[in-house]
Amino acid sequence: MTALRRAAAPFHTWLYPDDRGLYCAAGGFHIDPHQPVERAVITHGHSDHARAGHGAVLATPETIAVMHARLGKESAGSFQPLPYGETITLSEVQVRLVPAGHILGSAQVVIEKQGCRAVVSGDYKRAHDPTCRPFELVPCDLFVTEATFALPVFQHEPAEHEARKLLHSLEEQPERAHLVGAYGLGKCQRMIKLVREAGYEKPIYLHGAMVSLCELYEACGVALGPLVYVADAERGTLAGELVMCPPSALRERWSRRFADPVTAFASGWMRIKGRARQQGVELPLVVSDHADWPELVATIRETGAGEVWITHGRDDALGHYLSTHGVKARALSIVGWDEEAE
Amino acid sequence: MRAFAQLLEDLGYIQSRNRKLSRMVAYFRSTPDPDRGWALAALTDGVPQAVLGRLPLRRMLAELTETFIDPVLYRLSRDYVGDTAETVALLWPHRTAAQDPSESPAPEPPALGLGAIVHAFSNCDTTAQSTRLLGTLLDHLDTQGRWALLKFVGGAPRVGVSARLAKTALAEAFGHDVAEVEEVWHGVEAPYTNLFAWLEGKGPRPDVDGLPIFRPVMLAHPIEDDDWKSLAADDFVAEWKWDGIRVQISARGGQVRIFSRQGDDISGAFPEIRLVFTSHDCVADGELLVMRKGEVAPFNDLQQRLNRKVVTPRMQSQYPVHVRLYDLLFDGKEDLRPLPFTERRHRLEAWLQREKPLLVDLSALVPFASFDELNRIWAGTRAEGIEGLMLKRKESAYHAGRIKGLWYKWKRAPLTLDCVLMYAQRGAGKRSSYYSDYTFGVWRMTQTGDQELVPVGKAYSGFTDEELRHLDKWVRDHTTERFGPVRAVSAGLVLEVAFDAVQASARHKSGIAMRFPRIHRIRWDKPAAEADTIEAVNALLPQSERPPN
Repeated sequence: MTALRRAAAPFHTWLYPDDRGLYCAAGGFHIDPHQPVERAVITHGHSDHARAGHGAVLATPETIAVMHARLGKESAGSFQPLPYGETITLSEVQVRLVPAGHILGSAQVVIEKQGCRAVVSGDYKRAHDPTCRPFELVPCDLFVTEATFALPVFQHEPAEHEARKLLHSLEEQPERAHLVGAYGLGKCQRMIKLVREAGYEKPIYLHGAMVSLCELYEACGVALGPLVYVADAERGTLAGELVMCPPSALRERWSRRFADPVTAFASGWMRIKGRARQQGVELPLVVSDHADWPELVATIRETGAGEVWITHGRDDALGHYLSTHGVKARALSIVGWDEEAE
Repeated sequence: MRAFAQLLEDLGYIQSRNRKLSRMVAYFRSTPDPDRGWALAALTDGVPQAVLGRLPLRRMLAELTETFIDPVLYRLSRDYVGDTAETVALLWPHRTAAQDPSESPAPEPPALGLGAIVHAFSNCDTTAQSTRLLGTLLDHLDTQGRWALLKFVGGAPRVGVSARLAKTALAEAFGHDVAEVEEVWHGVEAPYTNLFAWLEGKGPRPDVDGLPIFRPVMLAHPIEDDDWKSLAADDFVAEWKWDGIRVQISARGGQVRIFSRQGDDISGAFPEIRLVFTSHDCVADGELLVMRKGEVAPFNDLQQRLNRKVVTPRMQSQYPVHVRLYDLLFDGKEDLRPLPFTERRHRLEAWLQREKPLLVDLSALVPFASFDELNRIWAGTRAEGIEGLMLKRKESAYHAGRIKGLWYKWKRAPLTLDCVLMYAQRGAGKRSSYYSDYTFGVWRMTQTGDQELVPVGKAYSGFTDEELRHLDKWVRDHTTERFGPVRAVSAGLVLEVAFDAVQASARHKSGIAMRFPRIHRIRWDKPAAEADTIEAVNALLPQSERPPN
């Protein structure tokens, strides 16, 4: 790896958290701010990162499509699409968006100032995901990372295995409907795609909250196979069928219409038994859209960064690990980036 | 191990009692001896530690894990997961290829069967050998298997299955009634091959006649307002409900065992009671109390004697125990259980007259002509050690379990106080990673005239899962200090706490201890400054224990 030239000005003089989020003073923009700002660069469409009310938004075309669908076309003063890999100059810095592998359109923000490079990775993962472009490694001096699953107990099994587990349960219990709780943007479509890759060809039923985002994925070229909106399905209890819904719906009256449902939940948190049991989940599916511990550690090492900032999550564990391995680590404790909704 | 691991994991996730039952039934039917017997042990009384060689599991795991993980990362992980076995299972470096559930698995080596594992541990002579064995086993198992192994050797798997449910499944698997299993339970030992043989019709009933065994106890329903109109005062007797613990004393052929209500053997903690009954032959039902000069001491005193394997002479003299009997199930070999209550009561009184055992007396009946009169008697009684009243139907035989209409318990409505949340601690098991254990306090005036909070109790129940999520969020958003798994919070949330009584306690900074505190309501609406004061708490103490003003 080529060593990059050190800039005169240290990073924290032009890139730092303020009361609205992470601010790049040299470029005059915030990254994923939690309050309305004049200019925002948005890493991906999840609601804790992409909020309404900014003056100008810069993001990948896919992320902009997601924001239009979820927040409306008027949710920012202006939207500027920046496709992956293209560079734009903003004041004193060059900005480029690079795939983060988290969900459709998710990007790492690569910021260069006088030959000095910071990568703000947003949320990311390295594992296979057929619904988005894979993570691209960018060597850098400063790596700003998430730490959602930054404990050594988080070593996620391959998601393909969890998809087969779900199909296996469907075969074993054909008299029961299988409700899969999954975050509506990203996790839901990845789960659908994973069971399709595992050979499941029957229609998959959708809770109303999942419909428009699945249509958006299809429009972006991610084929999801036959989908049916639950409300449009002929009256019946959908025994032996697969139904995707938001996690909150698993406990709501909505779920009572189904035949003795198996409640499944696709989330990285399902690695911890207590979490699954607390939520009354009968079939936990460990499928995460965030890097697990080995991925976090490997990614940080591969970037060659001498300095690492940790935005949100288990910053104490990752910070401890890095500082005992000769990497300067700092916890930013950015508020509003919600690691729970995974 | 694989079948057992899958069983444990499934039981942990299955919500429905019936589905848990059928899952265990399938396991007991399809698994050979002795593995199913060891699994039964794990789900009921725990695998006997003597068989495994009394493993110092915590120390062994510390020794095994320190070779591959930084202690700080281990501690953070353990705090987060909330369970040592699960933490080690997840952290263990070996990553076996995940098994595809739709393909038939490769056969498991015989050395990984439960019976073989027990055998291997019992053959270890030193802790170092046991530790090496444990490490090797963990290396050969996947995550699920490692977790199940550690739960198995650790004793209590906590998968939401009571010992009784496991016994019910065992009985159901082979077409028997659970009471039949309970009758012989204390006469059989893990891995229970003779018990399985009998249940399957391949062997004789295990011989328990010469042994002091547990007989399933009769339980009471809480009385509800609607019940009164269907009850006639004439049909019932009343007894005080004593604030101790329910025990069954089973004495036969010079051997004595003391069982809790659930059938746990607690004999070790009460040698003086065992001694009293060695010369008797009976099964008696009563309340275990700490008594001084004929007076029942607060429950807190009895608590000092509970959950001990052995007890020192000093403990015995400091907390003198006593048994107050209210029923006799066996007199010699004669089974009195089919007799009506009144007749059993005569037999009990006659037996006490005849035998005059030390440290034992009779729980008196409370005479009454009408329920109104009974209510008046009770309202006028504030004696220490009385928790409520029992109503027992005169005509009823002694039935195992809780049968509607025969026995009722009538407790006082709980007391409540508005307290302020002070500290929250992460829970374990189902609540790991949630702040679910709450320490709360009331206001007290300092010498300088300021108000300060003084802790008065701790509660971890009484709220819904939904409320737990809100409480957890509130704690995270209002943390002022962190001490490991505990967070101190700012004084801003009022909890209405319900409890059965308060007692003076030298062990607590506030000088009081609450009995059975639980969260009654969360007062999101109430300002913390308006919560109760220590004076309000002291007013609830029994007269003799109140601090001088």
